[in-house]
Amino acid sequence: MTEKVLQEIPVVWLQGTGCSGCSVSLLNSAAPRIANVLLEELVPGKHVQVRFHPTIMAASGHLAVEILHDTQADDQPYVLILEGGIPEKIPNIGGVTAAGEEISIVDTFTELAKGALCVVAVGACAAFGGIPAAAPNPSGSRSATEVLRQQGIDTPCVNVPGCPAHPDWILGTLVNVLLRGLPTEDDLDDHGRPLAFFGELIHDNCPRRADFDAGKFASHHGEEGCLYELGCKGPVTYSDCPSRQWNSGINWPIGAGSPCLGCVEPGFPDVGCALYKKIETDDLPRIERDPSTGKLKYVAPGQATAL
Amino acid sequence: MGQIVIDPVARIEGHLKIEVTVDAGEVKDARVSGPMYRGFEQILVGRHPLDAQRLTTRVCGVCPAVHSVCSSLALDQAIGVADQIPDNGRIIRNLLLGANYLQSHILHFYILAALDYVDPAAVDVNSDDPAMQRLGEFLQRGELAPFTPRYEGDLRLDKKTNTAAVSHYLRALDMRRLTHEMLAVFGGKMPHEVACVPGGVCEVPTDDKVGAFISRLQDVRHFVDDCYIPDVVGVASTYSDYCEIGKGCGRYLSYGIFDMDVAETDLLKRPRYLPSGTLDGQLAEVDATAITEDLKYSFFEDEATHRHPSEGQTRPASEKEGAYSWAKAPRINGESYEVGPLARWLVAYHTGDDKVKSAVDGLLSALGAEPAALQSTIGRHAARALETKLIADAMADWALQLEPGAPVCAEYDLPEEGTGTGMVGGPRGALLHHIDIADGLIARYQLIVPTTWNVSPRDDEDQPGPIEQALIGTAVRDEDNPFELVRIARSFDPCLACAVHIVNAKDNEIGRYRIA
Repeated sequence: MTEKVLQEIPVVWLQGTGCSGCSVSLLNSAAPRIANVLLEELVPGKHVQVRFHPTIMAASGHLAVEILHDTQADDQPYVLILEGGIPEKIPNIGGVTAAGEEISIVDTFTELAKGALCVVAVGACAAFGGIPAAAPNPSGSRSATEVLRQQGIDTPCVNVPGCPAHPDWILGTLVNVLLRGLPTEDDLDDHGRPLAFFGELIHDNCPRRADFDAGKFASHHGEEGCLYELGCKGPVTYSDCPSRQWNSGINWPIGAGSPCLGCVEPGFPDVGCALYKKIETDDLPRIERDPSTGKLKYVAPGQATAL
Repeated sequence: MGQIVIDPVARIEGHLKIEVTVDAGEVKDARVSGPMYRGFEQILVGRHPLDAQRLTTRVCGVCPAVHSVCSSLALDQAIGVADQIPDNGRIIRNLLLGANYLQSHILHFYILAALDYVDPAAVDVNSDDPAMQRLGEFLQRGELAPFTPRYEGDLRLDKKTNTAAVSHYLRALDMRRLTHEMLAVFGGKMPHEVACVPGGVCEVPTDDKVGAFISRLQDVRHFVDDCYIPDVVGVASTYSDYCEIGKGCGRYLSYGIFDMDVAETDLLKRPRYLPSGTLDGQLAEVDATAITEDLKYSFFEDEATHRHPSEGQTRPASEKEGAYSWAKAPRINGESYEVGPLARWLVAYHTGDDKVKSAVDGLLSALGAEPAALQSTIGRHAARALETKLIADAMADWALQLEPGAPVCAEYDLPEEGTGTGMVGGPRGALLHHIDIADGLIARYQLIVPTTWNVSPRDDEDQPGPIEQALIGTAVRDEDNPFELVRIARSFDPCLACAVHIVNAKDNEIGRYRIA
């Protein structure tokens, strides 16, 4: 057996007010398979060392808490991943030390973020607040960006939203950082999302787009046609779901006859709610109602006219 | 008297804390609590009724399908279409739920529980198994995260059994992914499938989807037969002392799983693939009217204590004297009940369900054990494995009953007023969603989730919850490596994200860190 020399890139994956759905989504990665992520190199010469992950790691109790302290104390650059929001009203979910001291998730996240190579906010809750931060936000959940800003920490943060985040988006972002370094402004949109995954409107690439253009709309579940009348948020949602699809490329929400919920957008689920309510045409970028026919029509970028 | 505090208990779903008092090597007192709270019930009030189904699906990333189904069952009733769900809708709901069971149970045994029993660092790297050779290269590099650090001193499988189990751990990662692909075939995506909706489903079945589902199911079935069942038997044989500890409260509750017909609108009277019932020495029908939630030791205002969920309230009181958990304490006629695969299987076994009886008797004879051994830490793993096989073996027939072209969803107009209660078993046990609609919006939404039953704190009569009872009386051999406590707690497969009421154990500490 030959010994490979790999650069170890420690990763700490914290869970706040989430549902573990993004962790489970990560396990769904088809290429690379998750066993390979754990054991082998993710990009040539570099192994992502999953030091702390509440769903996967062997350690419990103070042993787990010590991993966090050790990672922080090491000189080795590490990546900090947050799943779920940071609950400011209920912070004591960081664990208990060997000395019996309770740890705040706010402090843990803040301290680890200070020394991290970068923060990756995975999923709607970590990236933008998501469901726990929906009104009235009982737990006081904050997104990674909000907490970093409040604490005056300038560590770069990449938002990989979604409910859950797609495994390709999570691992693709890590691969990008390992191969090319931190993303620049040109790589991210106004909401800190990688343009590689969140650069195009779902509506522009939707297989039911022809139905929309033809004015053929489904009026109840299971019916053919564009799902716009059933509340589809595809016309205001930027992601590559239509082409990438989910679970090894097998299907995706609109493919299953479900309106898009807009889960990658900031403000999900409050903005655009109710989820089944038709969005108003004024909210639709690049879509207008033709005054003569009364039908909705697509307006190419640069050609928009006042409604 | 010594105190052991384990926080976080990793490899469960969500955040769990165990505190026990140990005297002369035995647990004298135990408190389990979860320090995380999101407040779904508060968030849902005032929203569009149909949003309840979309949002509560996201209560849990491990078992979203059962929340989706249960919320839909509640909405079916509130809308008045509970007996009008088309067969395609009923079957696809069962396929979504069934595939989620396979996912959750395989995830639990291999990814969550196995590292308490197997040792990835002690495999035979010279075996013919290429996966073990690659693992050998990983071990050679010397950085063993996330498999270390860990509790040490009680990993006992012989090298051959251990090597096979570790190899199956790696294979289980692929099998779990396949179960989610099965779900995505009919559910759009997973986690958080989107196909189950009030009235039925929105996915339209086709023969090619049936084929895509069944072909993956076949791989999973082989894995269950060739790996999962033998590994559970291997662990049960080596750690046979765990057939004698972690019994718990000894009372069991099941709502039943998988609707075989929807003509009956009383969900507990519906024909289901596994039956509903309670077992407290004797088998009885579930008396849903006798379910209450106690609040004496929970961080909620006392005035709503001991109420049925249809009258329940969720008013946080983080400074409440004496409280130590944000879990409410659900009870039936004042008694605690365990829920989950073991509860379902004991209820079905005592109901005289043939398929369950023959599976249980077969396993007991392979282990040379008596039925009482099931009421234990290992018994929970065994019931979960048998349930995985039962469901995997049944689903191909269900999928073949789908009729392309036939309706998938009942048509309806959403009422301004309505009420409904969904009750169905999830991978972790009995789940209840209750909705009241008023003026076209959600007026009340209450959930009693499986883990709330199991992780419940003491009730108004000071009786501990099932996991607390399972821990009390346990001998702890090494307080620095309390294997017994985490093995017992994990055997319940706690899901703290589901136990939505739960917050922190020590209210004075909450105040200290509060920012907002």
